[in-house]
Order: sequence, then C-alpha cells, then structure tokens
Amino acid sequence: MGLLVNDKQIVIPGEDLASGMDFLPSHGTFRDGEHIVAAKLGISSVDNRIIRIIPLSGKYMPKAGDNIVGRVVDVTINGWRLDINSAYSAMLSVKDATSEFIARGADLTKYFNFGDYILTGIINVTSQNLVDVSMKGPGLRQLGEGRIIHVNPYKVPRIIGKQGSMVTMVKDATSCRITVGQNGVVWIQGLPEDELVAVDAIRKIEQESHIPGLTERMKEYLDRRKRKVDSNENKA
Amino acid sequence: MKTRPDGRKFDELRPISAKAGIVKNADGSAMFKIGDTIAYAAVYGPRELYPKFLQDPTKGILRCRYNMMPFSGAGERVKPGPSRRSTEISMVTEKALLPVLNLEDFPNAVVDVFIDLPQTDAGTRCAGICAASIALADAGLWMREMVSSVSVGKVNEDILVDLTYEEESAEGEVADIPVAYLPKSGRVSLLQMDGEISKDELVKALELGRQASLQIYEVQKQTLLDKYRGESNEE
Repeated sequence: MGLLVNDKQIVIPGEDLASGMDFLPSHGTFRDGEHIVAAKLGISSVDNRIIRIIPLSGKYMPKAGDNIVGRVVDVTINGWRLDINSAYSAMLSVKDATSEFIARGADLTKYFNFGDYILTGIINVTSQNLVDVSMKGPGLRQLGEGRIIHVNPYKVPRIIGKQGSMVTMVKDATSCRITVGQNGVVWIQGLPEDELVAVDAIRKIEQESHIPGLTERMKEYLDRRKRKVDSNENKA
Repeated sequence: MKTRPDGRKFDELRPISAKAGIVKNADGSAMFKIGDTIAYAAVYGPRELYPKFLQDPTKGILRCRYNMMPFSGAGERVKPGPSRRSTEISMVTEKALLPVLNLEDFPNAVVDVFIDLPQTDAGTRCAGICAASIALADAGLWMREMVSSVSVGKVNEDILVDLTYEEESAEGEVADIPVAYLPKSGRVSLLQMDGEISKDELVKALELGRQASLQIYEVQKQTLLDKYRGESNEE
C-alpha cells in the first residue's frame, strides 16, 4: 500500500506509481484498479496526494495563453498559417495580426511573407487542435534578422529560469536579443560572434538542466566565453 | 539434457542489447539487438497527416513500416521495397502497438514508426516491435504500458523460446509463433503461427514466452532509464 516510487524518479510507461486509494492520478498517469500507473516517460512528481509525470520528451502541445514563435508557411484569404514546431499549425487571422486597416483582398505577403518568424500568443485551441494565435499583446511582434534554434519544449522553463533570470543572464552576457517561445523555438539577434555564444549557452542549459547549480555554472561559462571573444577582438 | 544448436537452454533468450535515442532527427528512436537480429526503430510525430483523405478527425493514426534492408539476410539479397510479406508485417506491428497507445489527443495527425533491419536471423517482427516500443516511449507518447515481443515454437518435440533461422528452417515438424505481450497486464497483442502445434504444446509455449517477455521488458526499461539517467535531479 502507498507510494511505490520516489519523488523525482525516472519512470517509464506502465510502471506502477502507487497502490491504494490514498493518491490521485494527474498528468501523464491513470488509475488501473488499485494502482496509479505512469503513461509517459518522465519524472514522477508527488505533491501531497497528487501524482503526476513531468515528461522529458515529446512534441509541443499548443495551450491557450502560451507565447510561441511561428514561421509563416502559407498565406490564405484571411490570414497566415504558421508552423509552430508542433503536430498542428496555427492560424493568424488578419484582424488579430495588426490594428492597421487592411483592405479586403490586399496582398497579405506585404505584411508577413513566407519564412518570416513571428512571436505570437495562442488565444484558443479547439478540440480538434485548431490553433488561433494573435499578435495583440505586450511584446508580440515580427522577429527580424537573427538566428533560430530549436530546443526541447520541456526544457523551456529551465532556459527562461525563475522570472526570466536565466535568459536575462544570457542576454546581458552576450548583449543579444533573445526570445524563447514556449514551443521550443528560440530567436537570437546580436553580433554574429555573440549569437554563437548565446546558442552554445542555450544548448548547455538544455543539456545540463538536471545538474544542480546550473545558474552558477552558466555564469562562469558565460564569463569565460566572453573573455575569449574580447581577447580575440583585441588580437584583431 | 538436450541443448539447442547454439548451446542455449530451451527457454533461454539470445543475448540482447538495446539503445534509445540513436536517430537524432527522429522524435524517438531505438535499436534492439537480439542474437544476430538487429532492428532500428524511428518514431516521427505526432505530425500533420497528408494526403488529407487519410486523416481521421476522431483520433490520430499510427503508421508502421517494416523493412528488411537488401543486405540483411544470410543468403540471397532481399529485394528492396514493400513486398507481400513486409506489408503484412507492417500491419501486424501496427496492430500490436496500437492497444497501448492513446492517440485521441491527436486528431487528424499521424505517428510514423519506421522499422529497419540491417541484419536478420529470425524473430525480426518481434525485434521490430520491441524496438518500436522503446522508440514510442522515447518520443514521449502516452502509453498504457510497454510491448515486449518474442517468438516461441516447436522444433521436433522441443518447445523453444526465441528461435533462430537455423531452428526455424529445421527439417521435420516445426512451429514458429511470434507473440507480443503487454508484460504488465499479461495481455497478448500479436499472435501468429507458421506450422503445426497441439493445443497443450501451444499453451506451454505461450507460458515460456511470457516468462521470456518479462526479461525483455527489463531490458527495455533499463534502456530507457540509461538514456535519461541523471535527469531525475531536476528541481
């Protein structure tokens, strides 16, 4: 009776997490008779009586309220279709894209063309996973020159850090502009060599997010990389 | 006591090794090697499904492709491309994996599973299912449990587990029965047979297979834990 796994333990689908009725199944788990069973590969998380699985892999699932980075893949009669690094694409309609007046039948590629990256917010996700996004909100805009990298969407919270502490640190150290979409698409803009440092830093966060003391390690890493860039500049 | 051509006991599996996350571009992937049979599985998706008429608005679909590579066999070159045999095995693989998946959250989408065999020595569909099961878990999909598959059979009065090609093609009375078990619930999601076997022998063979499938399950579990080891310190 009771808990069969430790908190923060890696479990695989089909593993029993708890037996008896003292616990409640939450995300990534289900009840099978007496047992609560894991349905995803991930880390078990026990919060009082509630057991859930924090997934470690998988595609991004669109959720209302998320800010995501999308790429224009199609231009339709009343808006743009965006690839959002998920199983589904998102629809940005003209009326949600800008407060500017756009005449009916205008050439929409003048506003956003194929391949443009846009930071948008999800306003609604239907039962059929049709995703509506909007650009009305603070900071939502078209992303200009720079580079795009893809990260595991489940690592995004670690890349952003508490109240954005981690990403702010990378921004300050590399003097790049960085936007992290909840869907794991990251936009970085700065001087080319600074961008490279930022990319490496984000990759490092992604890989080492599980090892404690990440913030200190990243601080040291960024200092080291910055000194190297500076000394190269002096040589040149 | 009689032993088998390769010296194994009747209920002994060939040596197994497996690794998860071997295909970088896939959403989930795995290698599963049992004896001289090697299976690679790569999972892509869930992703949008085209052409559109294949979409199912009520749930996502699973597509499997089983493929023996041209150089994989022991003798003749295997003709590349789909064949009557590989089409059938793709279909039964799909049906063996589908009971553990729940694709209702992914309407109009598809999960693609590609199984390739660079080297074969019987038991390929079983190895393929084992690899695919690891790859699906690696891809972060909702799964009721893992799927562990092994072949059992009868070669001239002996009930065996995990037949090799040599045993499968032996002279005399041979039955080859690939089975996929859901190790936790004890259910069976694939059961096929070549040859002849009596009911009592079949029951005995399936019981041996069940024991063997639990060993395979342990390997699958360790494989996944190995890939993600260390991540448990996540705060």
